[in-house]
Amino acid sequence: MLKVSSLLNIATKLKNVCSIVNMAGYRQYSQNREAVVFPGIQSHYTEEMVFSDIQNEEKMDTFRIMNLKGKVINKTMEPDLSNETLVKMYKHCIIHKHMDKIMHELQRQGRISFYMTSRGEEVLQTGSAAGFHPEDLLFGQYREAGVIFWRGFSVYDMISQCYSNNSDLLKGRNMPVHYGSKEHHFVPMSSCLGTQIPHAVGVAYANKIKNKNLCSGVYFGEGASSEGDAHAAFNFAAVLKCPVIFICRNNGYAISTPTKDQYSGDGLAARAKSYGISTIRVDGNDILAMYAATKQARELAVKKNKPYFIEALAYRLGDHSTSDDSTVYKNAEEQEYWLVQGDPIPRFRKYLQDKGLWDDKTEESFNKEAKKEVLTAFKKADKQLKPNPNFMFTDVYKEMPERLQNQHQDWRKHILENADKYPLANHDQF
Amino acid sequence: MANISRKFLLQANIPLALARRCFAVSAARSQKITVRSALTRALNEELARDEKVILLGEEVANYDGAYKVSQGLLEKYTEKRIIDTPITEMGFAGIAVGAAMHGLRPICEFMTFNFSMQAIDQVINSAAKTYYMSAGSVKVPIVFRGPNGAAAGVAAQHSQCFAAWYAHCPGLKVISPYSAEDCKGLLKSAIRDDDPVIFLENELMYNVTFDTPDECLKEDYLIPIGKGKIEREGNHITLVAHSKAVSLCLDAAEELKEIGIEAEVINLRTIRPMDSEMIIKSVKKTNHLVTVEQGWPQFGVGAEICAKISESEAFDYLDAPVVRVTGADVPMPYAKSLEEAALPRVMNVVNSVKKTLNIEQSSAAGRN
Repeated sequence: MLKVSSLLNIATKLKNVCSIVNMAGYRQYSQNREAVVFPGIQSHYTEEMVFSDIQNEEKMDTFRIMNLKGKVINKTMEPDLSNETLVKMYKHCIIHKHMDKIMHELQRQGRISFYMTSRGEEVLQTGSAAGFHPEDLLFGQYREAGVIFWRGFSVYDMISQCYSNNSDLLKGRNMPVHYGSKEHHFVPMSSCLGTQIPHAVGVAYANKIKNKNLCSGVYFGEGASSEGDAHAAFNFAAVLKCPVIFICRNNGYAISTPTKDQYSGDGLAARAKSYGISTIRVDGNDILAMYAATKQARELAVKKNKPYFIEALAYRLGDHSTSDDSTVYKNAEEQEYWLVQGDPIPRFRKYLQDKGLWDDKTEESFNKEAKKEVLTAFKKADKQLKPNPNFMFTDVYKEMPERLQNQHQDWRKHILENADKYPLANHDQF
Repeated sequence: MANISRKFLLQANIPLALARRCFAVSAARSQKITVRSALTRALNEELARDEKVILLGEEVANYDGAYKVSQGLLEKYTEKRIIDTPITEMGFAGIAVGAAMHGLRPICEFMTFNFSMQAIDQVINSAAKTYYMSAGSVKVPIVFRGPNGAAAGVAAQHSQCFAAWYAHCPGLKVISPYSAEDCKGLLKSAIRDDDPVIFLENELMYNVTFDTPDECLKEDYLIPIGKGKIEREGNHITLVAHSKAVSLCLDAAEELKEIGIEAEVINLRTIRPMDSEMIIKSVKKTNHLVTVEQGWPQFGVGAEICAKISESEAFDYLDAPVVRVTGADVPMPYAKSLEEAALPRVMNVVNSVKKTLNIEQSSAAGRN
């Protein structure tokens, strides 16, 4: 028979256990809890010593509109997208997929030095891009071809940039896939990981004080969000109240580093939330959810002058880049599983087919058309000359300083005197 | 005589102040202002002139600036344009760069340039290189400013000179002013410049007063970036310095005058692009050159001057090799006596001059 004291003992122990292992993350509040008075902190006193663990708390839900079979689950959430737009989005994804395949092959053939595919993330890019206003200034990391493509940057523009030919808007000055275009409000991408995140916050701040009613958007991977710049940017955006949309492409890997080695908390969403940013986690392979979340975030950010964060989950189906071989760190089962589970395009196609906007015949014919479009652009880009070599010296400063002018002239003189030893024929008029 | 005249002027109803002025000795008018005051004035004028100019950094707003350079600005321009940032140089430098890319003209203050190392990727890879890498489509009209180099008793991590590091990079302009006039005219030019500019101030100079001509205090007075100033003319030897080291050269020149050596002192004002023309012209006149800086010797400003002179026509005019006077090649010690010994002193400059001119150095002065 149990003594009262033992019962009390057990009860106390149970209470303590329940406090510590508290699945809902809430504590039983008594009516009159004393508030803590401290600048910058809102809290109440407790006499229980508990170390909070995010592992024991409920994780953030993932927003979706359609299921894995492309069926809309709650009709009221279906965004108001015209049939034309939906088909256009799908076509963009297909062309993007073909472009990736062909560009990857071009690198293997030695025609371009480097490439990064977006396999598995096409829908994330197109869906979110469509949610922005065309003049919202956007920043990418390197795996956002679909975003700038949606904005109107052509396949030819992209291939030219990869070729660094004379059609390249960036005058052959950056590595492949570092697209950018002033006309399309997309800042040329920088190789330095994460540096674009505070840039976007700065842009948002500028928009705010200029009363522009525009937001800025910035894409980055879950790996890049480990950079110090990211932390500072999140903190600032919240503290300074900047209308910026953070879109984290959580694709499962940072080169070979899996997410379990990248972060310990509840993904990126919980991190953003704790900075004071309104956050949502979205199924990155659901075009409707990506579109809806971005559009809503964007509208609210501009209206309320505050930042929003979207953690989009979309598994990286390809290698990190042409310099990577993911079979080294991804086993065969994993790859097989995700090739089915993680491909967003069939799901999107099913949705369109159910709406009567697409069928097998159009699928076949459009895929041919897409491939042809990419190949035509490639053939044209392949034939182009390289940029004018004089561009090596321009745009270092707004006005070319005298010292550089002298160097340029000396160099030109040397080249012209030894023209037969330099491949001037491959370049635009020197 | 003076009294009678004053009385007459008073009777004629001319204000006394003006009456006094009639008896002023100097023709040009000038004011004594501190370097700090010159900087504050420059900031104030540029903030008033262009609403796209903003100032951000740690302590710049509510505290009036860690060194009070931004005193009074928050009140005048509100927290929209004078922004106190959380402690992350890489963060606020990045934000400033982004704002610059989008049409604002930010002044990003580093509490000291030592802390700019935390942001150096943003300064070099995002600010300096972007105009080039974007083929001229994205400009970054930003000014990074703050105290640079040795202060007093702050030890190695707060005492490094970054002139050479930043001047190494194409895409940046690097300014290192000396006097109040330099600070005012050059900070205004820096803010108006469309390229990213590094503006290296000096903490120990903030309180120094300079007799500054009224001309230089005007709102439209700008000093062109890339042009130096001859602070003192001379025929026997050229001394080239930047920032605080200029005063060292001027003091050395006074001492050298006693033994009949007239030194020409050049204040570089801008490190990149450097006014090599001025140095070359001077060396052609004096045939001797000594460079003076507080930074470390290897790969430093003096080293660059030596290279530039060797590559120029001035080489043929040299009667002796160029000598560099620099800080000791050690992290800055903390102990006061050692800190003093780690930085160049007047005697180092004087001895270097004597060595160059092949004049016997007194043994009491010791080695360079």
